[in-house]
Amino acid sequence: MNSEYDLIVIGGGSAGLASAISAFDNGVKSILLIEKNKELGGILNQCIHNGFGLHTFKEELTGPEYAFRYIEEVKKRNIECLLDTLVIGVSPSKVVTISSPKYGITNIKAKAIVNACGCNERTYGQIMIPGDRPNGVFTAGLAQKYLNIDGYLVGKKVYILGSGDIGLIMARRMTLEGAKVIGVSELMPYSNGLNRNIVQCLNDYDIPLHLSNTVTKIIGKERLEAIETCDVDENLKPILSTKKRIECDTLLLSVGLYPFSPLIFNAGASQYVKTKGAFVDQNLETTLEGVFSCGNVLHVHDLVDFVSEESAKAGKCAADYILNRRGKLNKTIYTNALDNVSYLLPNMIKIYSNLEEVTFSFRVKKPMQKATIFIKDGEKLIKKITKFDLVPSEMVKVSLKNINFLEYEEIDFLIEETK
Amino acid sequence: MVFDCIIIGCGLIGASVSRYLSRYKGNILVLERHNDVGEETSSANSSIVHSGYDPKPNTLKAKFNVLGNKMMSQVSEELDVPFIRNGSLTVAFNDEEVETLNELEKRSHENNVECRIIDADELQKIEPNISSEAKKALLCPTSGIINPFLLNVGYIENAMDNGVKLRLNSEVVDIKYIDNLYHVILKNSEELITKTVVNASGQMSDKIHGLLEEPNYKIIYRKGEYILLDHFNANFVKHTLFMCPTKVGKGVLISPTTSFNYIIGPSNDETTINDTSTDSETFDSLKESAKKLIKNIPYINVVRQFAGVRANSSINDFIIEESSNFKGFFEVGGIMSPGLASSPAIGEYVSELVAKRLGLKKNDSYNPYIRKHKSMKNLGISGINELIKTDESFGRIICRCEKVSEGEIIDCIHRNCGATTVKGVKKRVRAGFGKCQGTFCQEEVVKILARELNTSIDKINYSEQDTNILKVSLKGKKDE
Repeated sequence: MNSEYDLIVIGGGSAGLASAISAFDNGVKSILLIEKNKELGGILNQCIHNGFGLHTFKEELTGPEYAFRYIEEVKKRNIECLLDTLVIGVSPSKVVTISSPKYGITNIKAKAIVNACGCNERTYGQIMIPGDRPNGVFTAGLAQKYLNIDGYLVGKKVYILGSGDIGLIMARRMTLEGAKVIGVSELMPYSNGLNRNIVQCLNDYDIPLHLSNTVTKIIGKERLEAIETCDVDENLKPILSTKKRIECDTLLLSVGLYPFSPLIFNAGASQYVKTKGAFVDQNLETTLEGVFSCGNVLHVHDLVDFVSEESAKAGKCAADYILNRRGKLNKTIYTNALDNVSYLLPNMIKIYSNLEEVTFSFRVKKPMQKATIFIKDGEKLIKKITKFDLVPSEMVKVSLKNINFLEYEEIDFLIEETK
Repeated sequence: MVFDCIIIGCGLIGASVSRYLSRYKGNILVLERHNDVGEETSSANSSIVHSGYDPKPNTLKAKFNVLGNKMMSQVSEELDVPFIRNGSLTVAFNDEEVETLNELEKRSHENNVECRIIDADELQKIEPNISSEAKKALLCPTSGIINPFLLNVGYIENAMDNGVKLRLNSEVVDIKYIDNLYHVILKNSEELITKTVVNASGQMSDKIHGLLEEPNYKIIYRKGEYILLDHFNANFVKHTLFMCPTKVGKGVLISPTTSFNYIIGPSNDETTINDTSTDSETFDSLKESAKKLIKNIPYINVVRQFAGVRANSSINDFIIEESSNFKGFFEVGGIMSPGLASSPAIGEYVSELVAKRLGLKKNDSYNPYIRKHKSMKNLGISGINELIKTDESFGRIICRCEKVSEGEIIDCIHRNCGATTVKGVKKRVRAGFGKCQGTFCQEEVVKILARELNTSIDKINYSEQDTNILKVSLKGKKDE
């Protein structure tokens, strides 16, 4: 290991792997990829179901297979990987502090950093389900790790709160291994998982999905004994007359993922309140020059293919920065997520030399069968697009090209439901 | 075999008594009904080392609180427990409350505790986030915050280092007094014989006393719910902020903790023994009360909600005495707030009563220090790096939220009163205490526990016996 690199990539999961490969292919040869675990691949290693890679490879891979393809590419390029090592600090001058069994606590200097360290699952402490605090309440991802990595079921009678994709995948997985999955509650009147997962993981196994329903109480001293569920009204408040007691030994939570990486925020990067990830421009660069962010630590993606795509872009942009290829900054314009848009990325557009195209990612606040997306600069309409079947669980991408970005002061996204 | 002393309960009080008793030569046993020490009130409280201005003068509360607070600097040093004298501010919002502050200040003089009233300007200066409606505050610089669980573990670890025995999962179901000896009967029918008994069983103390004679007090269970926030900003609140006390209690406080989290609470509601459930109404009311002290508390940083049960007594003071009917039976009951702050003073006092009754000799080899924890706080970066050269596990961070190394986890397992459960590790070294609540590290902690305790991962309990996390093996060996 050297004391200085052109690029340090934090995280060896889908995002980190793709960005390191792309930075290499775009001319940066001095790269250090740092991974906390003893192997590369990140969360993909525990996602043994298939469905990964349809966009990237036009075939259905399992998580480990998908990761393997990228790990092979990293190996081919001889990119240096430091495993079993946690980044514990990042300074504004891009000095990265690591803790490693091999090198101890030490500093490494970088010209650029790509933060690609993934997201957290929301826990029951955060959603604060009332009642006792026994063992037997797990996030779906932790139960998945115990099952797919260690080979143990965490329980036999399972209830699932939240219809996020990991919860749905785990409903099928635990059923296949002999557990009884009693049902799934979803607070919202629509599911937060991909439609294909509702069909393939719940419907195919006769597992009921209760929409507008939630867990209102946890019961059990040492191990979970039962839960109480209630329907909720339009304000998401429990309707007590619908209270039901359900005996179970396990409650899995699939109540959302969120970016969590205080590292770059402690170094001074700005945070985007709506995603809890970094505030970035179209090059995935944060407000700290030379510090980039991509994958689920930036915003939670629905498909890993999109993580890889975004992260490859971050790697390329980091290379452009390191190799001084992006020219002079002419103008910065900011973007705004308005009506029916829950968040919008990038947060700003930095116009260096000739900017040809900007791709925006966003999510909608509610399901809409048909909707018109208005892209405006104040009152001035830039573009109008009609889309069908928009749901909050799926990321939407829209490109703006062949326009002169220098003409605009701000870019607003508004969505109107159309009948 | 006859014990010199059996201490029932290994919460803060039982553990403290055992520690100070280990200064004497004797055959001392501590019985704990749970699978770890300090599982009840001792680990679910406000973690405040009160200064002692507040208790009524000439009560046992006042006496032991003031003494215990003074002892805490040295005790925390000997037992390597995080302790910070951050000072407390009792805040008044109207004239009536200012009047209460004046009375409290007077009382603080009677109790010999340093306190002074400060005006709104000074208050805003030292605590910038405080509500602008605050009029005055009583500043008490000796008030502190401590990690109560590590204090509990420190007491018993030190006691065991000096020869005391601890038995977990040992619930006392009967006590008989025969020929000047106590026969203590456990749930598994085992009978232990001892010359003296210290009843430090907290929420159970009136029931344990009742096995011998009708006690002159009753335990009243009062639940306190708390909200715990992540360490988002080191300067959000520096002092422990109290509201003006009323007849009902000390009200809701906001305080930093020694791990730089923030704690908001407690509620004060009637409850039953060891009912630590939480509810959303209490959460809302805590938020409502806390708003009075600080307007914009970022609840986005909530880590969890939890509750503890106070073992209050019907006579509203500590009960620390030898039974007049049963010589050698020492009652240490009704240890409500400020029990944490009082714990070293109570332990010292009770140990002397017991030693005098038994005529025990001093233990000349008594060492008041536990083996220092190999933490970043104690060793600094260069010290940790030295350590990593010979033991790489100190460089491998297992808990990324709280930055806990594998080496620290291994060390907390291989101590007297070491961790044997996931919760035990969490409470000792904070692995799993952070924002992700163990989502990332719990599986690794289970594996480390299994390896270090020489067992399989499906035998590792979350907390009590038979709370193993892994229920069914896919490899065909079922454990249930």
